[in-house]
Amino acid sequence: MSLLNSSIRDLHTKITSKEIKPSELVSASLERIAATDEKVKAFLLVTGEEALERAKQLDDVPADAGLLYGIPGALKDNLNVKGQPTTCASKILTGYVSAYDATAVSKLNETGAISVGKTNMDEFAMGSSGENSAFFPTRNPWDPDRVPGGSSSGSAATVAAGQVLFSLGSDTGGSIRQPAAYCGVVGLKPTYGLVSRFGLIAYASSLDQIGPFTQTVEDNAIVLQAIAGHDRYDSTSANVDIPNYLNALTGDIKGLRIGLPQEYFGEGLDAGVREQINKAIRVLESLGATVGEVSLPHSEYAVATYYLIAPAEASSNLARFDGVRYGLRVEGESLIDMYKNTRAEGFGEEVKRRIMLGTYALSSGYYDDYYLRAQKVRTLIRQDFDNAFEQYDVILSPTAPTTAFKFGGKTEDPITMYLNDIYTIPVNLAGIPAISVPCGFADGLPVGLQFIGKAFDESTLLRVAHAFEQANGVFARASL
Amino acid sequence: MSITVKEVEHIANLSRLTLTEEDKLSYAETMGRILDFATQLQTLDVANVEPTTHSLPLKNVLREDTAGKWLNQQEAVSQAPDQENGQFRVPAVMEG
Repeated sequence: MSLLNSSIRDLHTKITSKEIKPSELVSASLERIAATDEKVKAFLLVTGEEALERAKQLDDVPADAGLLYGIPGALKDNLNVKGQPTTCASKILTGYVSAYDATAVSKLNETGAISVGKTNMDEFAMGSSGENSAFFPTRNPWDPDRVPGGSSSGSAATVAAGQVLFSLGSDTGGSIRQPAAYCGVVGLKPTYGLVSRFGLIAYASSLDQIGPFTQTVEDNAIVLQAIAGHDRYDSTSANVDIPNYLNALTGDIKGLRIGLPQEYFGEGLDAGVREQINKAIRVLESLGATVGEVSLPHSEYAVATYYLIAPAEASSNLARFDGVRYGLRVEGESLIDMYKNTRAEGFGEEVKRRIMLGTYALSSGYYDDYYLRAQKVRTLIRQDFDNAFEQYDVILSPTAPTTAFKFGGKTEDPITMYLNDIYTIPVNLAGIPAISVPCGFADGLPVGLQFIGKAFDESTLLRVAHAFEQANGVFARASL
Repeated sequence: MSITVKEVEHIANLSRLTLTEEDKLSYAETMGRILDFATQLQTLDVANVEPTTHSLPLKNVLREDTAGKWLNQQEAVSQAPDQENGQFRVPAVMEG
C-alpha cells in the first residue's frame, strides 16, 4: 500500500532514478488486489501474468520514459484489449475475446503504462450503482454495505482501494463522475470527441466518452494527456490541438468566474452534501475566485430527455448482439427465434428495459412525440450552458445529490435510481467536460464536487480542481 | 401514460426479445412509469427549436480510399458461435 499510495509523479521519479522497477510496482499492485479484492470486488479479470511479463520487459527504463511509464492501471470492461475477454459485465458476451485494442488502450500502452485487469461495471454501462453487473456487485471501499456508484463501479473502487494508480471508465450520463464522487476519487468526463471511442463498446454513441479515474487531479491530467487526441478510426473524434494539461495546474484561480446553477441546489439535495459543497465554495472564494448565481432553466428536463435519447441509441447499438457474430447463442427453431432466445437469456433486466424503451421512442407513431422532442429539448439544455458560459468560466455543483447509498436501496423504482444522475446528465447532453473532485465527508462518506467547463476547456477544469485540492488537501484513500 | 401488456409484446418483438408473462407485467409497469415521467417534455414549446443529434458540429469525415491492414476474414469470424468456411453460420432463413 505504501508504494501505491503515492502520486504518479513521485513514482515516476522513483522509476527513472532506478529506485524501483516497473515489475516491483506491478507486483505491489497485484499483491494489493490479492489482499483487498475479496472485499471490494472491483475486478472482473486480473491479468497478473501478462502484466508482470510486460513490466519485466519495461524494467530497463529508457532515459526519456514518460510519466506513465511502468505505472499500473485498470480498464473498464467495455474497452477492448486484444487477446483478452471483454464482457461489459453481460452474459451475452460470454466467451468473447477482443481481436483489437481500443485506441485509448493503445495510447496508454504506448506510454508504457501497464494494465493489470478489467474492472466491473453495470451491464453495458447502464446503471448508477454497479448492481446491474451480471456477475457480482462491486463494494464501496469506504463502506462495504454501500454501492460504489456506477456504471464505472470497479474503475472507481479500484483507485479508491489503492489497488492501481489510475483507471479508465466511460461516462454517458455520469458513469465516471458519480462513482468517483461516491468513492472519493477524481473522475473526469472529457468533452465529447476529445478521446476516441474506437474500441469502446457503445451504449449511447452521441453521449459516451472515455475518461480517467485517479487519486489526484495532477494524476488525472497525466492520464488525460495520454488518451486525448484525434483518431482516424472514430469519425466523431475531434481534430483539435491538445494542450499540455500539466501546464494548467498553476494553483492560481484569482479572478476565475464560477457560476452556481440555482437549479442544482434545490429540492432533493442532501443537507450533508450541501454543507460540504458550501464549504468548498468558501475555499474557492478564499483563493480569489468570484462566485455568482446562474440559471440553467431546462435542467429539470434533462433526466427525461436522457432516458429517451440514450435508450434510443442503445436499442440500435445493442442490436448487434444477436448470437451471430460473437458471444452467446441460444438456439431456436428459426433465425428470429435464435435472436430472441439469445437476447432474452443474454441481457439483464435493465438492459432489456432500455432497449425496449428506446425501441418504443423510435417506433412509428411515437418518434415525433418522444425521440424528436427529446432531441429538441437537448438543444435547449445546450443553450442554457452556452448562455451561462457567457458570464462564467466554470460552473460548480454537487456531483450527485447524495452520498453512496446502501445496496438494494434504489433498485425497486428505476426513476429513483435515474435521479442519482440529475447533476451529471445535462453535461453529457451538452457534450461539454466536467470533473468530480472529492471535497469532504457527509456522515463518513465522500462527497463529490463537480466543475463543468466549456467544450475543449479541460485545462480550466483541471486548474480549478487542482487549486481546490491543493487548498483543501489531497483526499486519503479508503482504509481497508 | 400507461402501456399495455399487448404493447409490451409488440415492442419486445421489435426488440427481438422473448419475455415471460411475469416480465411483461413488470415491464408494462416500469416502462409506463418512465414514459409517464417523460411526458413533462410535452409541456415545453419546441416548435421553433432545431433538434440536437450530436454535440459537435460534425460534417462528413472522408479519407483516401486506400487499403489498410485490419482483421483478416478468419480473425473476423473467429468469435462466431458457429462458423463454416470463414463465414457466419445461422439457422435457415427460408424454408424448403
